[in-house]
Amino acid sequence: MAVDEQTVRRVAKLSRIAVPEDRLAALAGELSGLMDWIEQLREVDVTGVEPMTTTVAMALPLREDRITDGGKSEAILRNAPRATDGFFVVPKVVE
Amino acid sequence: MTDQSLTGLTLVDALAGLRARNFSARELTEAHLAAIADANPHLNAFVHVTADKAIAAADVSDGRLARGSEEEVRALEGAPLGIKDLFCTEGVPATACSKILGNFTPPYESGVTEKLFAAGAIHLGKLNMDEFAMGSSNETSAFGPVTSPWRRNGSNAPMVPGGSSGGSAAAVAAELCLAATATDTGGSIRQPAAFTGTVGIKPTYGRCSRWGIVAFASSLDQAGPITRTVADSALMLRVMAGHDPRDSTSLAVETPNFEAACHASLKGLTVGVPKEYRVDGMPKAIEDLWERGIAWLRDAGAKIRTVSLPHTKYALPCYYIVAPAEASSNLARFDGMRYGARVEGRDLTDTYEKSRGAGFGAEVQRRILIGTYVLSAGYYDAFYLRAQRVRRRISDDFTHVFREVDCLLTPTCPSATFELGGKSVDPIEMYLNDVFTVTANLAGLPAISVPAALDANGLPLGLQIIGRALDEESCFTAAAAIEKAAAFNAKPGSWFRGPRS
Repeated sequence: MAVDEQTVRRVAKLSRIAVPEDRLAALAGELSGLMDWIEQLREVDVTGVEPMTTTVAMALPLREDRITDGGKSEAILRNAPRATDGFFVVPKVVE
Repeated sequence: MTDQSLTGLTLVDALAGLRARNFSARELTEAHLAAIADANPHLNAFVHVTADKAIAAADVSDGRLARGSEEEVRALEGAPLGIKDLFCTEGVPATACSKILGNFTPPYESGVTEKLFAAGAIHLGKLNMDEFAMGSSNETSAFGPVTSPWRRNGSNAPMVPGGSSGGSAAAVAAELCLAATATDTGGSIRQPAAFTGTVGIKPTYGRCSRWGIVAFASSLDQAGPITRTVADSALMLRVMAGHDPRDSTSLAVETPNFEAACHASLKGLTVGVPKEYRVDGMPKAIEDLWERGIAWLRDAGAKIRTVSLPHTKYALPCYYIVAPAEASSNLARFDGMRYGARVEGRDLTDTYEKSRGAGFGAEVQRRILIGTYVLSAGYYDAFYLRAQRVRRRISDDFTHVFREVDCLLTPTCPSATFELGGKSVDPIEMYLNDVFTVTANLAGLPAISVPAALDANGLPLGLQIIGRALDEESCFTAAAAIEKAAAFNAKPGSWFRGPRS
């Protein structure tokens, strides 16, 4: 199935990845090739088959809802691209 | 002992030599650091060497070894290891070999490396890999490709070490570390092990903690070791495995004595040979090796039975929906806000897009785009849900055959290693490397690759044993029997030792 340039532009936007205009055609070609190859999954009869989300046959473990860690703002901010006064500095979000 | 005779020891023999005080942890560590300094300009296996930390840890181990009591001398006391760059290591950069993580230096230790260092292992440094573990040749790393220590007979052409754990496999094969950690989402431990004449096991999903391992596809990712022998693999995995409450999919089960399984008899073991693992264009050398593997296991006392896994051919296309879908979600966290590299834009969205456009390489972008596409409105049912249903079919195939056999014998890969740059043009051609390994990830099963022969060009080939969930022991038993029968002792030569010409 063909993935066109408009679809690549939309998916890139959803993915929050800047894709230069001159890359769209090449990417559309690559993704179309991949999706054509993936199409063969349609041959499999999956009537009545439950989707498999995990290989672990166990209930998700629960723990007590209490604070077990914290007080590490300095360690956390050490890797921030920009930080000041104990805060991450990010582009303006609210006008 | 000379430096090279120290670095050439198996992990088990090195630990025995340390305990017998035949050499010190410091001597062993310095020999490995010297080997790295010599070889790394040729191989590019390490992206970050932690020499000072390693020497300091070796001195601590020497103190413990000198005192010598059982509590002092831990399971891996004084053993120099390499760590794949996907593992968070406290105070040592962890970048997943991606530009988007910049100089990220984790303030915490991953669950697996915590266990290794608590057992006395020495951290030599971080190993190169495909960016975010997405690749089969170690050519997508932001630090540049790894070159395999192996070459074709009579050729100087650079070969790939496989991927994504290419740095781990190359470093172990070139004797730059005694063993290495690795991770496997679709074959990333076993395929590079097969390409480099080393042993690699992906354990049962949930056996090793994923806590502190940069996530690629969370329902498929598992950690495991790459080593030079099956016994070394068993020891490494015993230390790496175990329950970790910080990973909700970590299994609360006892870790068996994997080392004992390496010496168990094959009598009473039934080994299945899946007829679907014969693909068009597979070299005759691999077909022949598979036949020899069957004979070796039969001679060692196992029963052999041909079995059918009818959905095998759908595993790879299924994987290329499931893994990118999970990756597109996992990699959403890399937004240039809290860690890693940021490229400032006009506003928040523009900053996200520019940071991710500049920070992710081409293969990672391709997979995020596929994942986002198959999860997007209108396609979710047709692709993602269908793939999850096919995944269950593939898993059910294994459930059926494991009613009549205890483990399966297959080739690890449909080819030997190939030249650097030889396959990077067509993504599907590259993806086909994982055709025999990806099934074990989809079904969550343990699988080990063991080196078994050289092809006519002098390049290593591996055989794979796939076991039932939580039955790594049968994998180790069968792999040890193959190792013994194959008597594989080929080494990759020594062109990478010494100054770069």
